[in-house]
Amino acid sequence: MNIQADLLTLLPELILAIGAMAALLIGAMRGDKSTNLLSIFMVLLMIAAGYFAAVAPDAGAFHGAFIVDGFSRFAKLVVLSSAALCVLMARRFFEEEGKVRFELPVLIGLSTLGMLLMVSAANFVSLYLGLELQSLALYVLAAFNRDSQRSTEAGLKYFVLGALSSGMLLYGISLIYGFTGTTEFAGVAHVIKASGIGIGLIFGLVFLIAGLAFKLSAVPFHMWAPDVYEGAPTPIVAFFTTAAKVAAFAMFIRAMIIPFPDALHQWRQIIEFVSVLSMGLGAFAAIGQNNIKRLMAYSSIGHMGYALLGLAAGSLMGVQGMLFYLAFYAATNIGVFVCIQAMRRDGEAVETIADLAGLARSRPRMAFALAALMLSLAGLPPLAGIFAKIYVFLAAVAAHLYVLAALGFLASCVAAYYYLRIVKVMYFDEPAKPFDREMGRGMGAILALSTAFTVLFVFVPGPLIGAAMTAAQALFR
Amino acid sequence: MSFLMSHLLSIITFLPLLGALFILLARGSENTIANTARWVALIVTIVDFALTLLLWVKFDGSTAAFQFVERAAWMGNGISYHMGVDGISMLFIVLTGGLMPFCILASWESIKTRVGEYMIAFLVLETLMMGVFAALDLFLFYVFFEGGLIPMFIIIGVWGGKRRVYASFKFFLYTLLGSLFMLLAVLAMYFYAGTADIETIIDTVHFPVAMQSLLWLGFFASFAVKMPMWPVHTWLPDAHVEAPTAGSVILAGILLKMGGYGFLRFSLPMFASASVTFTPLIFVLSIMAIIYTSFVALAQEDVKKLIAYSSVAHMGFVTMGLFTLTQWGVDGGIFQMLSHGVVSAALFLCVGVIYDRMHTREISAYGGLVNRMPVYAACFMVFALANIGLPGTSGFIGEFLTMLGAFWVNTWVAIFAATGVILSAAYMLYLYWRVIFGELVKPALMTIKDLSLREFAILAPLVAATVLLGVYPKPVFDVTSASVAHLIAQHKAEVAYDQAPHQKQIKLASRGDMR
Repeated sequence: MNIQADLLTLLPELILAIGAMAALLIGAMRGDKSTNLLSIFMVLLMIAAGYFAAVAPDAGAFHGAFIVDGFSRFAKLVVLSSAALCVLMARRFFEEEGKVRFELPVLIGLSTLGMLLMVSAANFVSLYLGLELQSLALYVLAAFNRDSQRSTEAGLKYFVLGALSSGMLLYGISLIYGFTGTTEFAGVAHVIKASGIGIGLIFGLVFLIAGLAFKLSAVPFHMWAPDVYEGAPTPIVAFFTTAAKVAAFAMFIRAMIIPFPDALHQWRQIIEFVSVLSMGLGAFAAIGQNNIKRLMAYSSIGHMGYALLGLAAGSLMGVQGMLFYLAFYAATNIGVFVCIQAMRRDGEAVETIADLAGLARSRPRMAFALAALMLSLAGLPPLAGIFAKIYVFLAAVAAHLYVLAALGFLASCVAAYYYLRIVKVMYFDEPAKPFDREMGRGMGAILALSTAFTVLFVFVPGPLIGAAMTAAQALFR
Repeated sequence: MSFLMSHLLSIITFLPLLGALFILLARGSENTIANTARWVALIVTIVDFALTLLLWVKFDGSTAAFQFVERAAWMGNGISYHMGVDGISMLFIVLTGGLMPFCILASWESIKTRVGEYMIAFLVLETLMMGVFAALDLFLFYVFFEGGLIPMFIIIGVWGGKRRVYASFKFFLYTLLGSLFMLLAVLAMYFYAGTADIETIIDTVHFPVAMQSLLWLGFFASFAVKMPMWPVHTWLPDAHVEAPTAGSVILAGILLKMGGYGFLRFSLPMFASASVTFTPLIFVLSIMAIIYTSFVALAQEDVKKLIAYSSVAHMGFVTMGLFTLTQWGVDGGIFQMLSHGVVSAALFLCVGVIYDRMHTREISAYGGLVNRMPVYAACFMVFALANIGLPGTSGFIGEFLTMLGAFWVNTWVAIFAATGVILSAAYMLYLYWRVIFGELVKPALMTIKDLSLREFAILAPLVAATVLLGVYPKPVFDVTSASVAHLIAQHKAEVAYDQAPHQKQIKLASRGDMR
């Protein structure tokens, strides 16, 4: 065992860790005026980490506690790219609010570091370490607007409920350790294969799933999401719904597929249950929302339900579908939150759906982009969303989960209503007072990128689908 | 030239999209953009129509094989970009191409706000409609089929009448719900067959009988809503009434045909035994549509609503004809769809003419128009008679053949359907009488003007097409009959296969053998 080789395997994580600490030092010495510099620095760090994550060969480090494979490469690239975009969004947002603080890029960097560790973790202990590093930074980020009552409330709520879920997760892990004698994913799988799965281990599995489902905000562990999304600053919410969701989901997939392949029948029931409830609640609860951030919270719950269909299938096709779904979801959501962030009137951020009235006349390009993103989330061809749905539903059909798939389609038809409502408000309604000013070149570029992905995906679907396939195969060697 | 010929279908399909892109990039004052948009849309649709005519000329009607085939890699794993036409789909492409320029012309003056976006929506819609009829891959078909909802939603919602929001949502959600069941069936088919290639599935894949029924119902959910068949037709009158004239034209002319085309392309050849099982259901629903909606049409006070209900009734003839599975019935069903595409489109254009002048669709607001609008009255009469199915007009051929097919299969069905012809005469003549004849007494109508040159240019070719198709329908049957014969033969072979499962192999006639 060569420590040098181990460290080299963790190069992307090391870059972020050392970089974030350096950034913290610079910030501590130079104060808030260095925020701009630090944001750029953090983005560059993420690009560097992304490069090294992409070229890293398959390897394990620290006795298999961390693993680099096709699966982690794919997830890391999605996490890093959405995190980098969120740093840029946050920079713009807090400048407009006039509340610039240098801790922001540092905290995003640290929590991204946690996410990278999560997706690489192949041991329940390293998984928990990564998860806590990510979560602690996220708690602070949620409360970052510390003068705002809503933001601090969001942070506190997130913290208390997050701590509860971590407790459940730990309890599950300790049960699993108690009944198998190991915390390594592969070791657990080995024990289950040799001696079957007993009632104690099932208890552990249930608590593990509960803890992980909490991080995904899947029903019935979703209660925190709407309140936190509404209260937290917009770019931070974007970070929650993209990078954090992708990382948590990737971790979830690995923590189910690798240690518990022989317990598929046990955990599939739970996942099915969680998936149906999430799809249903996401569809129905969002109908009554007037605040667009709350609406996106319920939409996010619903989308986690669709993605979980792939996990319920528990197959190669399912994992491929989920990875593709996550990439699509992250790419789309970034664009949506850029739009939400640009909703400012008289110097104040506005958040109700009615504020978008007649946007097609005052800001035709922004309205077009937001409409395309919403219809893509609703799953309408020829936009990207339907292809993501096709792949997870295909996996469900291939696993003979026909009822689940049918319920999913019904839910997505209901959900289409509230996405359409946003398009309706923008295109059919009489214009409200226009927003303050254009969103700015940087934000416009991010939005254009996200929209281009949504609209043009249909012409070149091959590369992303292929990449998701390669990534999924890493878990089924 | 060879590039044009080898990629003709793709060019026809995506040319309008390029036009839309061009309009999107236009800069200048609102007026300039509006004018550019109008002219670009008109030129693009006319060129596209010319290309579809080229397709017709080059089409070989003697074979049932797919022609103008194009293949390219798309999503991988048996899902490819596969385009092609046979005798069943070819004429729908021509119909789509032919109606679009009229839509653009009909909107020339009546659409005044956001003209650029309007034209973009129509051009995108044309691309998606062409794609539906040309796609030979299940997922590709689904993308085009479902994608059409978005531009139509926008067209009804932005440029529609008073209750446009209600109508657009109803249209959208109704259709979406049906289509999602179809998608579920598509996924199951793809999983079973290992390929999404429509030609391969039709020719070589045989689904188990139990599975066929479920798949058939999945597709039926989508096509029945789209057709629309009784009792899921209720979105149509709302959508028609609220849509702008050109929107109604496309809705009645093309979108309704997608359901019938879907039955022909998927339900009949792929799920042969299930189609036989469900034929009584289709017959009952068709008869209900023909008789019930005719009575409903008789009671309407709104011109557009009346024509919308008559569309439902006419689509009843189509479904009845298709499921007789006789050469007459299927040929007649296709002909009826094409004829209805022209006639109902023309009727909506006629309504558009008086709506532009009076801004009302109430039948009671009109009367005695013949006194001031003789040319208009003459055109309207041709279309009204064609809608009734008078011999010599295109409406007759389709209705006659479908009833002939029905008579061959089940006399009672034919008898009930025949009452629909009488009822259609009742509501159309009653409408014509109330709007056109009588004394011109209403003061608002005293100054109404006859057709302008633009309007005459729109209606005259449609009059010609209606009469021509009615007198000389041979060009249509030259195209369709080989493919229809092949479809019926294949259907029979599939059913025989299901009824004799002990016979390990019955060779299904492949497309090449049918020459």
